[in-house]
Amino acid sequence: MRYRRWNEPSLGARLAAYAVLAFMHLPVLVIVLYAFTTADRTYEFPPPGLTFHWFEAAFARSDIWAAMRLSLSVAAVATVLAIVLGSLTALGMARGNFRGKESITVLLVLPIALPGIITGIALLSAIKSAQLDPGFWTIVAGHATFCIVIVYNNVVARLRRLPHSWIEASMDLGADGWQTFRHIVLPQTATALLAGGMLAFALSFDEIIVTLFTAGHERTLPIWFFNELFRPRERPITNVVAVVVMVVTFVPILIAYRLTRRGSA
Amino acid sequence: MRAVSTFLYRRPAVYVLMLLIPPLLWFGTVYLGSLFTLLAQSFYAIDEFTAKVVYQPTLATYEQVVTQPANVDIIMRTLSMAVAVTIACGLIALPIANYMVRYASPRARAFFYVGVMLPMWMSYLVKVYAWRLILAKQGILSWLLDTVGLGAALEALLRLPGVGGPSLSASYLGMFIVFVYMWLPFMILPLAAALEKVPESLLQASADLGARPVQTFRRVTLPLALPGLAAGSVFTFSLTLGDYIIPSVVGAPGYFIGMMVYQQQGTAGNIPLAAAFSVVPIVLIMIYLTLAKRAGAFDAL
Repeated sequence: MRYRRWNEPSLGARLAAYAVLAFMHLPVLVIVLYAFTTADRTYEFPPPGLTFHWFEAAFARSDIWAAMRLSLSVAAVATVLAIVLGSLTALGMARGNFRGKESITVLLVLPIALPGIITGIALLSAIKSAQLDPGFWTIVAGHATFCIVIVYNNVVARLRRLPHSWIEASMDLGADGWQTFRHIVLPQTATALLAGGMLAFALSFDEIIVTLFTAGHERTLPIWFFNELFRPRERPITNVVAVVVMVVTFVPILIAYRLTRRGSA
Repeated sequence: MRAVSTFLYRRPAVYVLMLLIPPLLWFGTVYLGSLFTLLAQSFYAIDEFTAKVVYQPTLATYEQVVTQPANVDIIMRTLSMAVAVTIACGLIALPIANYMVRYASPRARAFFYVGVMLPMWMSYLVKVYAWRLILAKQGILSWLLDTVGLGAALEALLRLPGVGGPSLSASYLGMFIVFVYMWLPFMILPLAAALEKVPESLLQASADLGARPVQTFRRVTLPLALPGLAAGSVFTFSLTLGDYIIPSVVGAPGYFIGMMVYQQQGTAGNIPLAAAFSVVPIVLIMIYLTLAKRAGAFDAL
């Protein structure tokens, strides 16, 4: 029997680990490749040829631009709301203990712990009961609810690592509450706040599960995409939009990743 | 200004209250308000002749959900898929999480963490769509299997009753693959976190006492990783139960709970039935959480 050191992996284990990692990245490659294929009727692989044509065609479509504009504005408004309400929550929850803190913690986990469809159908039944017209603001309300939680999680983690003695020192040296916030708390949490905002933006831009319930007749880019999957007008254009969505969500996530890494190092 | 900040510093309760009132108002009205409306709706029923909601408390809608055979089928189908996906995610995640925590060099470990996290954050809808391309009739997977001479095996697999279908992108098997892919990072990350906490000295001791790596893994690593496995399974289970995009984009004709909720509120206009259906995953998740809690799932979170 061959003897092996206790901490040395077998070749099989190594191969399996890298195989799973490759499997996890397969869809990225597929999406990028298919945006350039010349096949417009089938999902043929390997592609018969490569072309830039579909990018031009997608660029000329006004319905895509309209959906894109709507998604970007929803994400922007939801992110601003989330940054304000999320950081307020974090500042309140980071300090001390008070009655009801546990229940608030549970409340703050719910929007991401319960499946999105429950948030969606709950908002819809509330919208119908209140006889509101679903549209821009109902989409924003749905997105902001889980975006607040994302920002809160990011900021509260950073605040917990900020020693309370720093705040006391600042006050002892004669700074008032605003000065302490401006010169001590804000610089220490700014990257976490920004990272949370970036993640919130990306999540909102890409959200479909809740949005399908709250959008009414509005069409965000994910809804446009979803409709296109069932009633395709031009398949290759859907592929191009997939790449665009991927890039628009990926950039803020990469920035958020870098921000949190530098912040924790 | 100074007087205000001194006052707030002396009375933290006022300070905390001032901070928390706006977000709590938001969560209280928008989120909790909606959840309670949903719950209330599920206790109404729809009048079969007028197709209007009758605002009188009744358990008829719930009765319809748990007694009509078609609805029970939907619940069982969703539940079996969630269980199968959870088991598969656990089986795939274990070796990779163990490798990245135990064996990889620090650089390789960082590479693995980023490599697992990036696909998790990638656009959800785009990932589902990518799988439709991969699993399509002339797509990459069938091309790959044809190239290595396994095309006939795929045909045979697709002819299997129950899991098969005309192509992978229209079969339960394909849907299963997509679910496993989508939730795999949610299993790997908590599992890796739990494995990080296993002291190396225990593994060394096990090896010193003559255990082979497989024995050490089964008798030492696995029991200690159980909380992580349980935590990950909560995600995979709950995410599968609630999803309605994946079964509608990739998959067979049978309905899933999420699709039923979406369809009942939309074309059918039966909000009470949609509401009652959406309570089913909540109940299933709560049952699962109690089971997972017993396995110590929350110690790893």
